[in-house]
Amino acid sequence: MAVSDHNKVGNHAEGFSAIPADARPLAIEARGLVKSFDGTRAVDGVDIFVPEGAIYGILGPNGAGKTTTLRMLLGIIDPDEGVRRVFGHDRPHDIGRLIGYLPEERGLYPAMKCIEAIAFMGALRGLPLKEGRKRAAELLERHELGYAADRQIRQLSKGMAQTVQLLGTLVHRPRLVVLDEPFSGLDAINQGKLELMIRALAEDGVTVIFSTHVIHHAERLCEGVAIIAGGKVPYAGSVEAARDRIPAQVRLETRAREGAWLSALPADTRRNGDFFQFPLPESGIEPLLRQLIEGEAGILSLSIERAGLHDAFVAIAGEAAARQLEADNQGNRA
Amino acid sequence: MSDTEMLRPRLTTLEAAWVIARRDFVAVLFSRAFLFFLLGPLFPVLIGGLAGSIGGQVQRNAVSIEVGLALSPEDNAAMIAAADVLRPQLAGQVPELRVIEEAAQDSTFDARAFLDQRRGNYAAILTGSLAAPQLVGTQGQIDRWSGPIELIAATASGASPSQFPTATSEVVATSAASERTNRVRTAQAAQMVLFLLTMLLGGMVLSNLAEEKGNKIIEILAAALPMDAVFMGKLFAMLGVSFVGIAVWGTVGWAFWAIAEDAIVTVTQTNFRELPGPAVGWPMFMVLGLIYFTMAYLLLGSLFLTIGAMAASVREVQTLSMPVTMLQLMVFFLSAANIGQTGTPLELGAIAFPLSSPFAMLARAALEETLWPHALAVLWQGVAVILLVKGGSLLFRKRVMKSGGAGRAKKSWFARRAPAPSQPSSGPAE
Repeated sequence: MAVSDHNKVGNHAEGFSAIPADARPLAIEARGLVKSFDGTRAVDGVDIFVPEGAIYGILGPNGAGKTTTLRMLLGIIDPDEGVRRVFGHDRPHDIGRLIGYLPEERGLYPAMKCIEAIAFMGALRGLPLKEGRKRAAELLERHELGYAADRQIRQLSKGMAQTVQLLGTLVHRPRLVVLDEPFSGLDAINQGKLELMIRALAEDGVTVIFSTHVIHHAERLCEGVAIIAGGKVPYAGSVEAARDRIPAQVRLETRAREGAWLSALPADTRRNGDFFQFPLPESGIEPLLRQLIEGEAGILSLSIERAGLHDAFVAIAGEAAARQLEADNQGNRA
Repeated sequence: MSDTEMLRPRLTTLEAAWVIARRDFVAVLFSRAFLFFLLGPLFPVLIGGLAGSIGGQVQRNAVSIEVGLALSPEDNAAMIAAADVLRPQLAGQVPELRVIEEAAQDSTFDARAFLDQRRGNYAAILTGSLAAPQLVGTQGQIDRWSGPIELIAATASGASPSQFPTATSEVVATSAASERTNRVRTAQAAQMVLFLLTMLLGGMVLSNLAEEKGNKIIEILAAALPMDAVFMGKLFAMLGVSFVGIAVWGTVGWAFWAIAEDAIVTVTQTNFRELPGPAVGWPMFMVLGLIYFTMAYLLLGSLFLTIGAMAASVREVQTLSMPVTMLQLMVFFLSAANIGQTGTPLELGAIAFPLSSPFAMLARAALEETLWPHALAVLWQGVAVILLVKGGSLLFRKRVMKSGGAGRAKKSWFARRAPAPSQPSSGPAE
């Protein structure tokens, strides 16, 4: 499943556009969301479009505005400006039964039994308690927690409690699942299980949106991402397109340490021990190779590595932060 | 059954409130806090009894009604005998008489000097003779005791009748004045009961949402349901809990009455069977009492829920408890001050002000027969409840759900009220 190139978006404030062009209907449609708290813009003109059945990542550093954005999408808080629609509805609570939400701050009633906690979370979304208990028992069994069904939440480990809450998020079989930092607090094994669970949901046609500041989860799972920095979205689109925004990196190892060939390397080359590292020149690698050979650099190894989502994220978020800083400075000067 | 068949797109507000109320009701009912809630009314009774007993003891020790006798031995004996004769008829009007030993042994006894030296524990000292008694003491004590002492002296010297005619009596059921006076007592008692019941619940409601925030569950509720439904659910759960409490207290009280009616009448000096009936009659008064308790609870509860929701921690809630109790007291005093002043601007003000309205109207039910004002008042109170719940939930969404974690608001509403130490401003919320 690939997000159409038309879905490449960026910071609309700086001339990027946000045009949904996927043939699939949209699960989430947000245009120009703005939210301020005490005079500070926490979210400043966010556009997000998520087609049904997609796995979509909201990436951003801490304090970027991810949680506020998700809360606006879910109707927990209302935007000061902008429009949000979930499955075409302006008020997400009107279709609360189609949505599952795992907040960043995990929360369960400590005295509740696991099976009751899951059933209660289903009841919040309209699932009758009796059916909720039945499904909770099945879900706990399927996730190897059947033995803990009658244990109180306070008796569980943190990871187990988190799994119980995730099952509570899914018990009413939502069509849209929103997970705020779902991987935080999980060990590697449980992170792997959660990735499998998210993939399984998407295979069943469920739309999954999750926020994270750990990029490799998004890289493995998502077909589309939105990068949030400083309350804005400098990039939204496919993971592939995000990686393509950063030039491939060349990694070169030579026998010679000095020589005239050094002047052939790009100006932004970084030296890292025996290696030179620089972005792939726009003219390609061949002209450079020729100069290195003629200059007797003694090439021991040379590799061209495509940028990862992490590099793209750092570059895009960094650029956005720099732009924000510049804008703030100009504002202050004015 | 598929999910599409089973699930409609959303719960109605009442259904949503029911989900919250059911969970909270069961959770509170099976918690240790409920046991304390049930035991709650015993504490004021116990403490009141203890305080009364201690106070009475102190009063008895501190307040002397002994009058010292410094007459001749014969006169002393005659005075004591006469006091004993009069005491059954005049009860508390007859002081204790005690012979002052120092006076018996000292022919030059000086009563004024004796009192100046603060010796003994006498209210006053009687000197002279039966024919010419002289009372020495402060002006207040002389004013208080001169009459009884003269009567005792007259009886001792045979100058007053030793037998009194017995007055026959005819008791009437009531009079306009006594009926109103009695109904005022009923109104006061009803207001007091209403006040005590709402005060007991105040603390529990206040801490309710703060605990939810502590459990980090609040964001799940807010994401799934409209916040006003969450507020309503919590209020109704606590109302249900209070009804269970009232049922338990009522049953225990009734059983206690059935077993020990005579003892209760003796101890309280009140025959509850003969309590003056309210103007609207007991059955209607009980119904109105239930309605006004519900409204008083919902009004104060929605306000306290909002105040509690603004608090960042249970500690802040504890800090808030005192002003909240004071607020309840002020509301109570506002309505209590107007009992019997039907139709005055102040009474109408107490009825119009939503928080005091149930108290003022309950007092009215005790004093006035007209029923239609109650329908209007309940309607108005219902509107006020809806407005408070809507306002509270709106404030909650605006003020509380604004930072990275619902349970860890960066700055609580109260904290923002205080001047903050200068520090670099934090970035936008996550």
